Amino acid sequence: MQLSSRIFLGLFCLLVAILLLAPTLVVIPMSFNSNKSLAFPPAGFSWQWYDNFFTNPEWLLSLRNSFMIATVVAILATTLGTLAAFGVTRAAARTGGLLRAILITPMVVPGVVLAIGIYAVYLDTGLVGTMAGFVFAHTMLAIPFVLIAVSASLEVFDRRLETAAASLGAGKLTVFRTVTLPLILPGVLSGALFAFITSFDEIIVALFITSPYLKTLPVQIYSSITRDADPTVAAVGTLLFLATSFIIVAGLLIGMRRGRT
Amino acid sequence: MSALPQTDNQTAGERAAARRLNLRDAGWLAAPAVLLLAAVLVYPLAIIVLRSFTEPEPGLQNYIWFFGSSVNMAVLQRTFVLSGWVTLASLICAYPYAYAMTVVGKNLRLILILCVLVPFWLSGVVRTLAWVILLQDSGVINSFLRGLGLSPVKLIRTQLGVVIGMTQVLLPFMILPIYSVMKGIDTRLLQAARSLGAKPWRAFLQIYVPLSLPGIYAGAIIVFILSLGFYITPALLGGPRSTMLSSLVQNQVLSLLNWGRGGAMGVVLLVATFILLAIAAPLMRQKHTQTRREK
Amino acid sequence: MNATNKSAGASIDIRKASKRYGKFVALRDLDLSIRPGEFMTLLGPSGSGKTTTLNLIAGFTEVSSGSLEIGGKSVLGLPSHKRNIGVVFQHYALFPHMSVGRNVAYPLTLRGISGAEREGKVRHALDMVKMADFAHRYPNELSGGQQQRVALARALVFDPPLLLMDEPLGALDKKLREWLQLEIKRIHRELGTTFVYVTHDQEEALVLSDRIAVFNGGQVEQIGTGRELYDNPATLFVGRFIGESTVLRGKADIVGGDTVVSIAGTKIVASGKISGQAAPVILLRPERAVLHRPGTGVVDGENRLSGIVEEAIYVGSGSKYDIRLKDGTTAVVRSPLGAPEFAIGDTAEIVFRPGDVTLLADDASADITLT
Repeated sequence: MQLSSRIFLGLFCLLVAILLLAPTLVVIPMSFNSNKSLAFPPAGFSWQWYDNFFTNPEWLLSLRNSFMIATVVAILATTLGTLAAFGVTRAAARTGGLLRAILITPMVVPGVVLAIGIYAVYLDTGLVGTMAGFVFAHTMLAIPFVLIAVSASLEVFDRRLETAAASLGAGKLTVFRTVTLPLILPGVLSGALFAFITSFDEIIVALFITSPYLKTLPVQIYSSITRDADPTVAAVGTLLFLATSFIIVAGLLIGMRRGRT
Repeated sequence: MSALPQTDNQTAGERAAARRLNLRDAGWLAAPAVLLLAAVLVYPLAIIVLRSFTEPEPGLQNYIWFFGSSVNMAVLQRTFVLSGWVTLASLICAYPYAYAMTVVGKNLRLILILCVLVPFWLSGVVRTLAWVILLQDSGVINSFLRGLGLSPVKLIRTQLGVVIGMTQVLLPFMILPIYSVMKGIDTRLLQAARSLGAKPWRAFLQIYVPLSLPGIYAGAIIVFILSLGFYITPALLGGPRSTMLSSLVQNQVLSLLNWGRGGAMGVVLLVATFILLAIAAPLMRQKHTQTRREK
Repeated sequence: MNATNKSAGASIDIRKASKRYGKFVALRDLDLSIRPGEFMTLLGPSGSGKTTTLNLIAGFTEVSSGSLEIGGKSVLGLPSHKRNIGVVFQHYALFPHMSVGRNVAYPLTLRGISGAEREGKVRHALDMVKMADFAHRYPNELSGGQQQRVALARALVFDPPLLLMDEPLGALDKKLREWLQLEIKRIHRELGTTFVYVTHDQEEALVLSDRIAVFNGGQVEQIGTGRELYDNPATLFVGRFIGESTVLRGKADIVGGDTVVSIAGTKIVASGKISGQAAPVILLRPERAVLHRPGTGVVDGENRLSGIVEEAIYVGSGSKYDIRLKDGTTAVVRSPLGAPEFAIGDTAEIVFRPGDVTLLADDASADITLT
């Protein structure tokens, strides 16, 4: 490449990177604003919005709800999604392809259309504003992510190791427990993480099936944004950002250590 | 240790039959997931389709209303146009960026990948709030423009604002597929073209760009489809003149309690999505095998 | 596992076993008996059914019809993990997430053996394959040969009465392969376990085996010791598959109990005759003939076939010659050190006695399978 086009490409990528990072770069300083306003740059420095988050029962309750729902969703979606990944990768090619296409449709169905459909069904079955309602909907939305992560692991897994384990005396479940699962564990764990985040961050379906008694964190954030200019939202965003960064960096480090041995 | 394990009371034939049953088809393992999907995806969508034809009374009146209203048609058209702009803007940003990812050194590449992934770590709703902060009349961008002595631009509650916000949110979905295809392109082909006398830009346009097309198709279709159904970002960043179809659906159902009309709009959105997918899927697959062969 | 504690090997009896995959017949009415403690090699080209047979014994696939007994008991329908058979695979199949020691301990853990007993058995097995110093390494830190030795230890550590090996040395280079062949032979002698070994390499089969079963087209063509197969092949396929040979074809007549074949205008006598309707062909082993200059050293009753030396290769223990006969056939002759030497282009006469060749029924399919 010529020098001029190199410089041009470099500058362009810098601009794209700024575009990508802009929200994060804005939210973090905003969370330390000392005024109750969303004007940028923030005036002064204070911890009051963090303080507000940790002392306001409404925020804490929604955090607890989201955490509980996302945990159950992660467990359920990982179980169902892993089973499905086995089905998809080990069924006959045609069946497998069809199953995969069916199971990833939640990713492409427009959120609002799905939301009104689920809302209609939940109104009839009394699931609006219930934990179970959130868990069902979010698990369905999370399964594609688990499926993709686990089947990627399964595709590189050497099935002949299962034959070898069987020849050494291991039954089907033992083979799964001692050979298959340990080797696809990175895929399963990243699927679980995706499932957790999918549920934890889900807003569209949540807005429809929420009730004043059961709000998730994104619903709480959304209503706070639409109600007034409250920098508490920025503090929540910053906390979630740090938590996610921590989990992902930790996961990467563990993965790197596993890869070394 | 010399003898083989004693076989139990079952006859050999029974054991063989039992084993065959277990192994019949691994596809059954997907059954629980498919059942859940049927209950929380297929059944709800079926209800919506049904209501669009039956509420308030059986017939096509909801569709006649939808396609007969110039307001609805304007929103439908706007939804497609805005999605097109978002797709185009994403492509323009993503292509050089993905290319840079393939040519830089290992450390710089890690930084570039991190820049693509970090936005995901910020909660989706919070990210939209950040765009409110950035785009508002007293926001970061307008302060910057004023600092340069330029006149401020109306961004919040405009279509431009919506496109900027949506592009940022969807950009990773464009960058990643393009990057994964570009990563597999043999750059020696470019050298070969150069050695045959092609100028650098010509070689790039005639060899590299066609080989990267599968990534472009994949990224473009994902971004366009996700744009069509976008709800939160347009709702918070947009104004009355940038309403998209999703907001109308929400309005019909939650505010007007008109399930028939809301359902009909939803069905239109759903059908548009699946038609696009049906058109795009074979396009991506076919191009993909072609690159493989050419490699 | 020392010489005083030999585990008795298991016998194997396969009767009328067939295996079909859809329309494809992998095995056709196979009969095969393997004696306790025997080293049996299943030899044949790819697709001949040898690996299918191994998979049937291991329990990785089931017969479509027929019977299969191991140690006198039917194992039809018994899943592989209950058969107590050691298997060594061509691709090693070591568990990448376990150290060498844990790999070898794996079958013991499954059998409820723990503590010092397990430690002792693992160490013993690793000693046997000379890998005791590697117990804490991981498979990806080992070479192919080392991995295969660990796999062998893992397959033997639970004292199975039967060990199956599916081309275990196929992925290794020649030197290593030859060394490991001797190691495997030594271990077999020490243990007394029945070994069933699959290979397509006839030299390997000759080095290792007590007996060899030659597979072709889903059937066993012949079972015997290496010497029997080499000296008295039952079919043209076996004759050509085991060792080097020259096949001489021509119009045949029976003269006084012997067969006379006319090859490139020369009458060649072979002792005896074949039964059946097929045309007889003569199989000549390279070291059963000597080369003479035309017209020299004539002895009555010996066959002489004239040809042109096409290739002469010095192989240390003598020379190997390709001789082109008048009918276009290329004959292979090995002559020992001290025998007359020939240059390319020389005319030579191939001399052999009627009793030194084998008469076999012609079989065009042998040519197809082997080329």
